[in-house]
Amino acid sequence: MSHATTEDTAKAAAAPKPVAPKKKVALSEGKRAERKLGWLLCAPAAITMIAVTGWPILYSLLLSMQRFDLKFPDRTEWIWFDNYVTVLSSPYWWNAVWVTVVLTVVTVAIELVLGMSLALIMHRALVGRGIVRTTTLIPYGIVTVVAAFSWRFAWTPGTGYLAEALGGDPVLTEKIPALMVVGLAEIWKTTPFMALLLMAGLALVPDDLLKAAAMDGASGWQRFIKITVPIMKPAILVALLFRTLDAFRIFDNLFVLTAGSQGTSSVSMLTYNNLIKGLNLGIGSTMSVLIFIMVAIIAFVFIKLFGTAAPGSDDGGKR
Amino acid sequence: MAGIGGAETPAKKWGWGVLNTVVVIYALIPVLWIVSLSFKSSKTLADGNFIPREWSLENYQNIFSTSEFTRALINSIGIAIIATAIAVVFGTMAAYAIARLDFPGKNLLVGVSLLIAMFPQVSLVSPLFEIERSLGLFDTWPGLILPYITFALPLAIYTLSAFFREIPWELEKAAKMDGATPGQAFRRVIAPLAAPGVFTTAILVFIFCWNDFLFAISLTSTEQSRTVPVALSFFTGSSQFEDPAGSIAAAAVVITIPIIIFVLFFQRRIVAGLTSGAVKG
Repeated sequence: MSHATTEDTAKAAAAPKPVAPKKKVALSEGKRAERKLGWLLCAPAAITMIAVTGWPILYSLLLSMQRFDLKFPDRTEWIWFDNYVTVLSSPYWWNAVWVTVVLTVVTVAIELVLGMSLALIMHRALVGRGIVRTTTLIPYGIVTVVAAFSWRFAWTPGTGYLAEALGGDPVLTEKIPALMVVGLAEIWKTTPFMALLLMAGLALVPDDLLKAAAMDGASGWQRFIKITVPIMKPAILVALLFRTLDAFRIFDNLFVLTAGSQGTSSVSMLTYNNLIKGLNLGIGSTMSVLIFIMVAIIAFVFIKLFGTAAPGSDDGGKR
Repeated sequence: MAGIGGAETPAKKWGWGVLNTVVVIYALIPVLWIVSLSFKSSKTLADGNFIPREWSLENYQNIFSTSEFTRALINSIGIAIIATAIAVVFGTMAAYAIARLDFPGKNLLVGVSLLIAMFPQVSLVSPLFEIERSLGLFDTWPGLILPYITFALPLAIYTLSAFFREIPWELEKAAKMDGATPGQAFRRVIAPLAAPGVFTTAILVFIFCWNDFLFAISLTSTEQSRTVPVALSFFTGSSQFEDPAGSIAAAAVVITIPIIIFVLFFQRRIVAGLTSGAVKG
């Protein structure tokens, strides 16, 4: 590094830095260079993100207003909102919406409780903290499809240890038991992620404050509810937001465990089935748009809850 | 850090020991189960025993003898590495600009990447399916790499800008004092300091790409670009009477190995990466 510095110093001596503007200009030279560099550095990321999401979003809006079935491409025509009427009056759609909402709410609620316990364990463990942290990362990192297959085989009558232990009934062929298994798989996979986000919040709670409260006779539970939770609130909300939106997209686990049979489709699963299996681009796109709207509503509600703590409104912290 | 609990009595240590064991069992059982399945011989595959009664490597021999799996493995590795490399380079550039430079449109970029992080991926599947078909990208590597980069970028930008904010920027100022341009300051002073953060981000992005199933199953149709998670879901036994569970389990174990390696060797970094991006985001 010292080599670099001397070289740069030599260069600077040759060409003095143009920091002092002679005329009155809106932006100093350095400021303008900074702007330009900022744009240049961001351009590849911005262009990629917009190219891969921007146009397709618009395009799916267009597709959603057409009758567009790849099995009958010559019958493609502009039908405005007929697809929306079809989807919104379909019992399959509403069933999928309910499945998705219930799975999301239930799994995220359980994950919050389990994740908080796990976070406390990881944060406070007297012994073996490293081992606990390492092993909890495995569910986070493992490929969802792999974990889903592990659960599927575990519940397959004959093959699976869980199915054998519970009397060998085929749980994955009935709606409610199947959904419980799917929920279990989701919770197993994502609780560690929740715990890690919450653990980062726990680290912000000053130990002195907890000690002082303990001196004053506050019980462990009181300290948790009155001190830890309020200080962690932003971390809890971030974790909930991330997990809720992620849970709402549930696809992999369902695909492997039930493939959406017996009315266990989530909205993502139903969209996939209409699009890739049914090759109906019009209906598939309509569902895409509707899911997008639902996610936007969830995100909006959360951001309202966040207030100023919304990650997006943060312009880089204090400077 | 040890908390409020006070002295480390033996009873407390035991208590933690029990809790830790519960956590470890919770995390490992499904993994051990799939490992066990993968080592069962075809005769004992369906015996429902948690531990194989008869150990055998036949499942591994089976999957590595078909191009269905080996080709998918090559696709998975290639696609994930290329997507990770590009996403990390783009993400590093953007995160540096976000953390350090002042320019109009910065908040917009942060907002857009947050939106993409929350975006329901299935909403992109329908239009991308049709767009990639007309562009000839359907069922190709770039056809998967592009959406992976896009959805990995928010993760990369957040994690990296959190790391970049922790870097002692006085060094950059000193370099600028000595006459370095912002670009030189970036390359010569900051990049070496930022390397650990970049590496962590690369791991997280790689895990994301490695894990994807939705795009992979929707935007591919043949062995040419199918990744392992998708190939797994298409595995059938070599005859219709053969249970594909053994092959699926073996393939599943193979693609879990890189994850286990990352977790074992870079636990600290992964935890730091996941938490820094999310909380300070």
